[in-house]
Amino acid sequence: MSLDLPKEIEPAIELVGIDKKFGAVHANKNINLTVAKGSIHGVIGENGAGKSTLMSILYGFYHADQGEIRISGKPIVIRDSQAAIAAGIGMVHQHFMLVENFTVLENVMLGAEGGQLLRKGVASARKELKRLEDDYGLEVDPDAVVEELPVGSQQRVEILKALYRGAEILILDEPTGVLTPAEADHLFKVLRVLRDQGKTIILITHKLREIMAITDTVSVMRRGEMVATRKTSETTVEELAELMVGRRVLLHVEKGDANPGRVLLSVRNLTVRDARGVTMVDDVSFDVRAGEIVGIAGVAGNGQSELLEAIAGIRKPYSGEIFIDGKPVAGIDPAGLRDLGLAHIPEDRHHMGLVLKFEEYENSILGYHRDQRYGRGVMLDLDAMRKDAEEKIAKYDIRPPNPRLKTANFSGGNQQKIVVAREIERDPNVLIIGQPTRGVDIGAIEFIHKRIIDMRDAGKAVLLVSVELDEIRSLSDRILVMFAGKVVGEKTGDAGEQTLGLMMAGIAA
Amino acid sequence: MSTASVQLPAWINYIVVPILNLVLAFFFSGLVVWAIGESPLEALRLLLIGALGRGEGIGFTLFYATSFIFTGLSVAVAIHAGLFNIGSEGQAYLGGLGAALVALSLDRYVPWYVTMPFAVIGAALFGAACAAIPAWLQAKRGSHIVITTIMFNFITSSLMNYLLVRVLIVPGKMAPETRTFLEGGQLPKLDWLISMFGGKLGAAPLNFSFLIALVMCFLVWMLIWRTKLGYEMRTLGISPTAAGYAGIPYAKIVMIAMLISGGLAGMMALNPVMGASARLQIEFVGGAGFVGIAVSLMGRNHPVGIILAALLFGILYQGGAELSFDMPSITRDMIVVIQGLVILFAGALEYMLRPAIVRLYQQISGK
Amino acid sequence: MDYFDIFIGILGSAVRLSIPLLFTALAGLFSERAGIFDIGLEGKMLVSAFASACAAYWTGNAWLGLAAGILVAIAFSFIHGFASITNRGNQIVSGVALNFVAAGLTIVLGQAWFGQGGRTAQVPGSGRFAPIILPGTDAIRDVPILGPLYANVISGNNILTYIAFLMVPISWWVLYRTRFGLRLRAVGENPGAVDTAGISVSWLRYRALIVTGFLAGFAGTYLAIAQSAAFINNMSAGKGYIALAALIFAKWKPVPVMLACLLFGFLDAFANFMQGKSLPLIGEVPVQIFQALPYILTCVLLAGFIGIARPPKAGGVPYTKER
Repeated sequence: MSLDLPKEIEPAIELVGIDKKFGAVHANKNINLTVAKGSIHGVIGENGAGKSTLMSILYGFYHADQGEIRISGKPIVIRDSQAAIAAGIGMVHQHFMLVENFTVLENVMLGAEGGQLLRKGVASARKELKRLEDDYGLEVDPDAVVEELPVGSQQRVEILKALYRGAEILILDEPTGVLTPAEADHLFKVLRVLRDQGKTIILITHKLREIMAITDTVSVMRRGEMVATRKTSETTVEELAELMVGRRVLLHVEKGDANPGRVLLSVRNLTVRDARGVTMVDDVSFDVRAGEIVGIAGVAGNGQSELLEAIAGIRKPYSGEIFIDGKPVAGIDPAGLRDLGLAHIPEDRHHMGLVLKFEEYENSILGYHRDQRYGRGVMLDLDAMRKDAEEKIAKYDIRPPNPRLKTANFSGGNQQKIVVAREIERDPNVLIIGQPTRGVDIGAIEFIHKRIIDMRDAGKAVLLVSVELDEIRSLSDRILVMFAGKVVGEKTGDAGEQTLGLMMAGIAA
Repeated sequence: MSTASVQLPAWINYIVVPILNLVLAFFFSGLVVWAIGESPLEALRLLLIGALGRGEGIGFTLFYATSFIFTGLSVAVAIHAGLFNIGSEGQAYLGGLGAALVALSLDRYVPWYVTMPFAVIGAALFGAACAAIPAWLQAKRGSHIVITTIMFNFITSSLMNYLLVRVLIVPGKMAPETRTFLEGGQLPKLDWLISMFGGKLGAAPLNFSFLIALVMCFLVWMLIWRTKLGYEMRTLGISPTAAGYAGIPYAKIVMIAMLISGGLAGMMALNPVMGASARLQIEFVGGAGFVGIAVSLMGRNHPVGIILAALLFGILYQGGAELSFDMPSITRDMIVVIQGLVILFAGALEYMLRPAIVRLYQQISGK
Repeated sequence: MDYFDIFIGILGSAVRLSIPLLFTALAGLFSERAGIFDIGLEGKMLVSAFASACAAYWTGNAWLGLAAGILVAIAFSFIHGFASITNRGNQIVSGVALNFVAAGLTIVLGQAWFGQGGRTAQVPGSGRFAPIILPGTDAIRDVPILGPLYANVISGNNILTYIAFLMVPISWWVLYRTRFGLRLRAVGENPGAVDTAGISVSWLRYRALIVTGFLAGFAGTYLAIAQSAAFINNMSAGKGYIALAALIFAKWKPVPVMLACLLFGFLDAFANFMQGKSLPLIGEVPVQIFQALPYILTCVLLAGFIGIARPPKAGGVPYTKER
């Protein structure tokens, strides 16, 4: 699958026949990949395609069961991260590997202190940081404490760490997931400068837009296999999307016109602050009517999660009002809200929607466990619970169809179906949904999308939050865009990608 | 290859693994015995005879086990709600005060079976009271419950010390203890239970609280696996965020779980205070609260497992006492070593054998 | 005796009582800053006290006693590390277990070897750390205030006391001025950052635990062959837990650790002094109040009523790479 490179361009990295299994999961199957020196190479694939595993092998976090890694033509064994660093590989992790209460300088020095005592190293690190700042435009105050820096700057610290260690090859794992479009643009600018100065960059992402915007070449992974490598200039978004999922992507979900009725969910001047007192949701107001899907678009981290949690009663609003069917509900706990007809499919099924160590039938009542149908008074009726679970399993085609199986042993798509079944089968009036298809296989995505539209057609009010713009656009009747905690604009469901993208960047309202 | 995600059948997890851990603990205890210059096997034989050889030995074994069932349940209930209660020792100590106050006020007016329910409530209330402040600190202020319960063991110890030396002591006596309870403040011995099996209870203080402990095992099982409150506790214990999502109130469940845990620890006091010595004595808990940690870990936080583990430790305590008569070079403190090793292997090193067991299991089952 | 003399007396005793706390709390500082909770400090203190008493008795050499105390405490640290680092076990459970093993083993072995009910034999003078009279003590003894303070509080302690106070700046220097310290503090906050920087998390934590064992060894040795002349059953008597309280009270920082230990030592000394005495106006104050005060103060601190005690973020959580 490797791309034929012109003879004069030497490869920075070659992966030959890399294979890796985790128990029964075959994460990487016989992967071959060649990346040219001084280029930006994208690796794209769905969640769980094996991208991160492959890069972790390259960085010495895991060991390949088989295969060879060559750096600048020489085969090397990368036993641990130390060896990777020594080979000139640097990595910027999706979740930053920073010590939050350390200064930028301390973080950069960690592991490359230049001697047993810190004193000498500090002076030279300071000088080196200044140089890196001048050369690549990576501005950060070396004495700032990391936890006080904005996310974009924290990522710059990660890049500085790699460069400080003399990285020639830089791997970035989903670097834009937490960035605003403006910060992402800045990052891309930095990456281009790095490439022009001869560094090799591998960009791992599942966002096609980024691949097209910045890479020179791109490889596509699907279910642990490297399925194609292309020059970016010679491919299209459609081709890459098809390669990623293995068939034509259904970019539009079948749905009829909306038939909005009365307002069921109403949010007025809602402000939410986090534990540190930072305003995450800032004076937000909107309505959701019966029979419509309102989508909230935005880059991750712009207050959508906090908004959802406030409506669901998990987070206490700082000020403002929430009404369900005209009744003020701010301050009511999640159990009370369920009684009022609110259902919530949370963003994070692993930590919120499910208790992974529970058996399936135990999860199928989570949040509704006080209901009399699952047991009278204080007692639980296990037979009733299991019967109920079996009905949902049949209706939602949850596999394997075993209510006694531990929830952790279901696939991502089936886990999500357990949550969706539980929330939708209660026949709520208001359904709020966060990231309904994150880490879910394509078959389940279609199924879940269909269910959401069914809810709308049944006259329910649906509020949908997703960072996948395509999902928002294909499901929503109206789209609200959030930026920096505020709703910066409203569009109809057929709004153009361009327009929404600009609004998400906080540029146009 | 990673073995962490492989699911083992229940009989391996709940029977084979605990037994292997126990064997390891005994192996290292045997090494200590051997190092002292005694025969480990002979010591084990003497220990088992001492604990199970005669009716009286069995009576003592069950007497110790009674205390350990209470404290084991106490630790287990808290663990199910995700709380590590190291304060069972102090909670049991204060529970003794509750039981003693009831016994002292009622013993001359009513028979034991009237006193008993009040004493159970008194012991549980005082035990729960001792757990209440750490629980509140955890629920409302986020203070680490492990640390606060350790602190409360010492605070309780100082308090009880003061009360026994200054307040409850019988005027003119030297020993810091209350007066002896009259018959109305004592729990009856279970002679009939041992004679059912043809033995004689003798001087062994096995008493009615053993039956209370068994009832509590059943109630705890009901609570954890058959009630909505237990469901909420388990949810919170495994995933606090999922509990928040489900509308399970954190502070309330933490408080309830700790109060139940403290109450169970407090009830332990019934056994030594009203069942055996018929008075409140200084340091009467004698480490039973800490044994509860070992019992709960060994018993996998399940009442049935806790009964078995409590019996095991009962055998150790009684057999160890007998052993130290027969082998004077081995003191009773040998059981403390064994206890520590059991906690080490069954608790802290519970994952040590897992990869090997998984591989063996996969080879045998052909997967 | 006038009040000043009494005060000097209590102060001198406070210093002596705070030394084992200081060594132990500094020991805990290193493991907890590296992300390993250690409630097994009590046990380490106990086994090292036993080992140092045995070694000092057999060799008649106090320094060999110290070496034995340190070695055995480090051995216990390794078991804690094996359970909580290598096998990713629960650190609290491991600590509880080791405390039991220590409590039982010292008595079992003591009885087997010395047959005095768990006590070791009396250690001869050469096997003990004797008080050192600092130069000039006699010369300034008569100077008011400073004289008695110098003679009774500063001078007349054994070498381990001075080492204990020396360990405070050394600990600070190691934590904040050396590569090891930087990495150690980092691994207690975010082991992932250390791992991705190419540093072994396990080995780093093991090294932190070696330091813990080293310092705990001093604490036990002090108890057995500096403060007394033999090992006595359960002679740590909960000091490991008070040290833990002091460590939390000091918010995991070296200099405040020293102050907290001195405060708790002072409370202990004051309680001893107050035994059976009565205060004007208040009357007799139960000594148990002073005994409980360190624990009560720590709970009050933990409740967040006096500042916030923020423990190292990765504390108590075994590090695992797997997702």
